[in-house]
Amino acid sequence: MDWLNAIVQGTLLGGLYVLFAAGLSLIFGVMRLVNIAHGDLIVLGAYLGLTVTTTVGLHPLAALVIVVPAMGLIGYALQRGLLNQTLGDDLLPPLLVTFGLSVILQNGLLELYTADPQKMDAGALETASVTVGGLTLGVLPLLTFGFAVAVIWGLQWTFYRTGLGRAFRAVSDNQDIAQLMGLNRRHIFGLAMALALAVTAIAGILLGIRTSFDPSIGGGRLIFGFEAVIIGGLGNLWGTLAGGVILGVAQTLGAKIDPGWQILSGHLAFLIILAIRPNGLFPRIAA
Amino acid sequence: MSLQDYTVTRSSQAARVAAVLGALALIVLVCAPWWAGRADMRLMGELFLYLALASLWNLMAGYAGLVSVGQQAFVGFGGYVLFALTMFGGLHPLAAIGLAGLLGALVSMPVAVLIFRLRGAYFAIGTWVIAEVFRLGFAQISALGGGSGSSLPVAIVKSLASKRAMRESISYWLALGAAVLVVGCVYLFLRSRKGLALTAIRDNELAAASLGIDIWRAKFTVYVVTSALTAMIGALIFLQKLRISPDAAFSVNDWTAFVIFIVVIGGIGTIEGPIIGTLVFFALRETLADLGTIYLIVLGLVAIVMMLRAPKGIWGLVRSRFDLQLFPLGYRVIAPKPEKEA
Repeated sequence: MDWLNAIVQGTLLGGLYVLFAAGLSLIFGVMRLVNIAHGDLIVLGAYLGLTVTTTVGLHPLAALVIVVPAMGLIGYALQRGLLNQTLGDDLLPPLLVTFGLSVILQNGLLELYTADPQKMDAGALETASVTVGGLTLGVLPLLTFGFAVAVIWGLQWTFYRTGLGRAFRAVSDNQDIAQLMGLNRRHIFGLAMALALAVTAIAGILLGIRTSFDPSIGGGRLIFGFEAVIIGGLGNLWGTLAGGVILGVAQTLGAKIDPGWQILSGHLAFLIILAIRPNGLFPRIAA
Repeated sequence: MSLQDYTVTRSSQAARVAAVLGALALIVLVCAPWWAGRADMRLMGELFLYLALASLWNLMAGYAGLVSVGQQAFVGFGGYVLFALTMFGGLHPLAAIGLAGLLGALVSMPVAVLIFRLRGAYFAIGTWVIAEVFRLGFAQISALGGGSGSSLPVAIVKSLASKRAMRESISYWLALGAAVLVVGCVYLFLRSRKGLALTAIRDNELAAASLGIDIWRAKFTVYVVTSALTAMIGALIFLQKLRISPDAAFSVNDWTAFVIFIVVIGGIGTIEGPIIGTLVFFALRETLADLGTIYLIVLGLVAIVMMLRAPKGIWGLVRSRFDLQLFPLGYRVIAPKPEKEA
């Protein structure tokens, strides 16, 4: 029963990693951009949530109504103002510019909010639980997992059922021809980043309710998201969901053996999958 | 004018002048223990170690196209190997530094086989995962102090030299020697047949492969050599610091972010770039470091602006204007002086 419990809790933890990963997966799928600052943007989302809850007095989940569009706007502005300039055949500019952005965000947050760990207060939601067949499940982890499935489903639907999704797929397949067909790729890229950061906002707020956070934790969140994307296979959104769950389960199983092994066993699971299946479990695009 | 009148040369006036000035500067620097104060020597020692790290990162990213954000894995590995071998193996620190390089090479081989499966930016984050695995792994070793780290025992420090002044001179010379060794190795490597292959890969991977260059092997060689030398530099860094902990040893800011800034600001893909970048970085640090986080924000901004406006860095700007090459790598054709003909 203990092991079953660890697996179930790991699956729910994986939901959070799926939310970290979804934005990465989306922008890589649309514009082949890997954003090193992604983890710091998640932390930015958490801090925006904190500011909204403390100044307006909203419940953290209600703060999503403000933080999600705000992060979307930041994403659009960031893409059009900065990141579009880095796109091209050369790999270095996007990598180094987002790396610089990561340093700026981290130290900017440090300057504004200090290094003290912060946490969002979600009241009774934090400790509420339900018992299912002998297992006690936290309501917050269940909610997080629900958000993760909904986000993946929503992105999948957007990609394959809407005009915007068609534009995403078109610029992903061939930017120049998409441009000839009357799509403005700079605008499309901006929208993709806006959508990615909207998802990041959800990830940030759920992270901030679940654990305490400080400006330095962005790098670790980026790595978790990245591992989920690679485990699941590049460009496959449902694969990313599976990847996040595998990572979460690996971590809770590792923690069960020895608490010091939690993060390490997640990384090791990632490396093992990389060794056996270099393209991830369910690849759709070649890296 | 016939074809025979043209000459092909590698060297140039500027390169010869630079070589002479460089040799003079080196002599002055070797004599530093006799003219510089203790604080200056420490600062210069640190500068040389950063120069070595930057030159190595530049060789990987600028020439082999291996953009790593996980070189702290080998810096920390080298530091920990130094501590382990001197504390438990009873080795002399200098022997431990050499062995750190050897072990670094051995460890980097399976790592390379694994992460070379990732391309481009995913390779970059993959190297970061490796560094995290190293950090968490070393934090589990309780003999080395676990998560809180350990200090180098006095007896080992004294085995380097019994007098403090002598110890500081030795550690300064080691740092200077490491920088000269690394820059020299990179220069000679790039002039060799393998270096030519590497430059070809940098310019166009597909074309290089079609000319028969084994790209995977070339990159593998660079990764292993760079990792070994980075581990040796790491051992030197922590021989100076005398204290090691997982967070300091595997810090992404200290051993990768700063190094990337140095290379980007100086000029990626050139030997001169990291040298100029190191000087600029230390000048900025000495003047702005009191500002704390603002200083780091400025550094990030400078790197972004540099990457967007002048992707070849300061040295690229200089070279586009003056056609200079202080470390002659490329060949140039010299046309004969036009003769006055009727």
